[in-house]
Amino acid sequence: MSRTTLDLWVGLFVALGFAALVFLAVKVGSYAGASGGTTYAVEAAFDNIGGLKARAPVKSAGVVVGRVGAIHFDSHSYRAIVRLDLDGRYEFPADTSAAILTSGLLGEQYIGLDPGADGEVLKDGSKLQITQSAVVLEKLIGQFMFNKAAETPPPAQ
Amino acid sequence: MSALLRAIGAMTVNGIWRLGFMARFFYALLRYSGQSFRRLPLTIREIYFSGTLSLLIILVSGLFVGLVLGLQGYDILQRFGSSDALGIMVALSLLRELGPVVAGLLFASRAGSAVTAEIGLMKTTEQLQAMDMMAVNPIARVVAPRFWGGVISMPLLAAMFSAMGIFGGWLIGVLAIGVDDGAFWSQMRASVDFRYDIINGVIKSFVFGVAVSLIAVFEGYDCQPTAEGVSRAITRTVVSSALAILALDFVLTSFMFRGL
Repeated sequence: MSRTTLDLWVGLFVALGFAALVFLAVKVGSYAGASGGTTYAVEAAFDNIGGLKARAPVKSAGVVVGRVGAIHFDSHSYRAIVRLDLDGRYEFPADTSAAILTSGLLGEQYIGLDPGADGEVLKDGSKLQITQSAVVLEKLIGQFMFNKAAETPPPAQ
Repeated sequence: MSALLRAIGAMTVNGIWRLGFMARFFYALLRYSGQSFRRLPLTIREIYFSGTLSLLIILVSGLFVGLVLGLQGYDILQRFGSSDALGIMVALSLLRELGPVVAGLLFASRAGSAVTAEIGLMKTTEQLQAMDMMAVNPIARVVAPRFWGGVISMPLLAAMFSAMGIFGGWLIGVLAIGVDDGAFWSQMRASVDFRYDIINGVIKSFVFGVAVSLIAVFEGYDCQPTAEGVSRAITRTVVSSALAILALDFVLTSFMFRGL
């Protein structure tokens, strides 16, 4: 058996195919963020999560430090329980607070973590005590309109 | 009336018959694959015919699909003032849908039809029977290498299609229209997930590769051994491959991306 030109073309094809896959993985996709190392899960309860979805980013100081793992409704407290899968490389004080924020006017919703000052750190299974719900635009506009209506005097007939 | 009913009944029975034969054929194909892998040059030859020779059509079509996505995506996104998200739109639509599906359709009409024609002609000229007479298993010698050649080529072709399409979107978006280069790539990287988007796309293209290759070799093997029969088998390959790709795409998408 000897090497033929056919092998060269097939080799070139396979190499190109894998090059395309590597290009997609490295340049297009976020390979490191997806499966990078270990995570630990903490829970947070929110009164209203707005449009938050599973897999939404969890950011602290603007850096992605984890992802929203799962969201479910607690029928005892009538609140939304959100599981946050935080990157094992980062530690946060136990009194860290979580808020649901929106990136831009039409952007996706994410969870922002504000570190506290506690000596203890969050561990797997910890619960975040201080949370701030999502801002629901309709409620905000409604409040604004009622306030405006209260301010302006009725038009003179 | 009764003739109509009889025709419908015959069509149904015939269809089920073919399906059963196809299942048995697939089993035999897998069983004799080991035998054909021992003669790897056969499979490598088929990768050349169905993969390397499809490169040109895949790359050129990918480029044009990407160029169109760049133009259309920009036109839609700039209405919402979010033209920076062009990279996300081009990348996700290619990786999740257009890459696997369009590459699969092109692959079915470029390589699948050729495989059907080749095997069908071999059957018509009684080469398959002659092999059987010489104690050479035609499934191991002819069918399995063509099947595996297609299965290996298809995901690679789909990945190249997507990569080329993203390049095309970049050409239009960044070079021609003037979307910010950094925003194009960084937004894309921020929202394209390796496992969720890229691996699911590769799984899709692999499934399409199996479906198209199986249909192509089966239609060739099952064709009527006449000139007309071969031409009908080729038509059936292209039609049923396209239907299989689109139907499987719906099934796979509903499993993979249900919006959580």
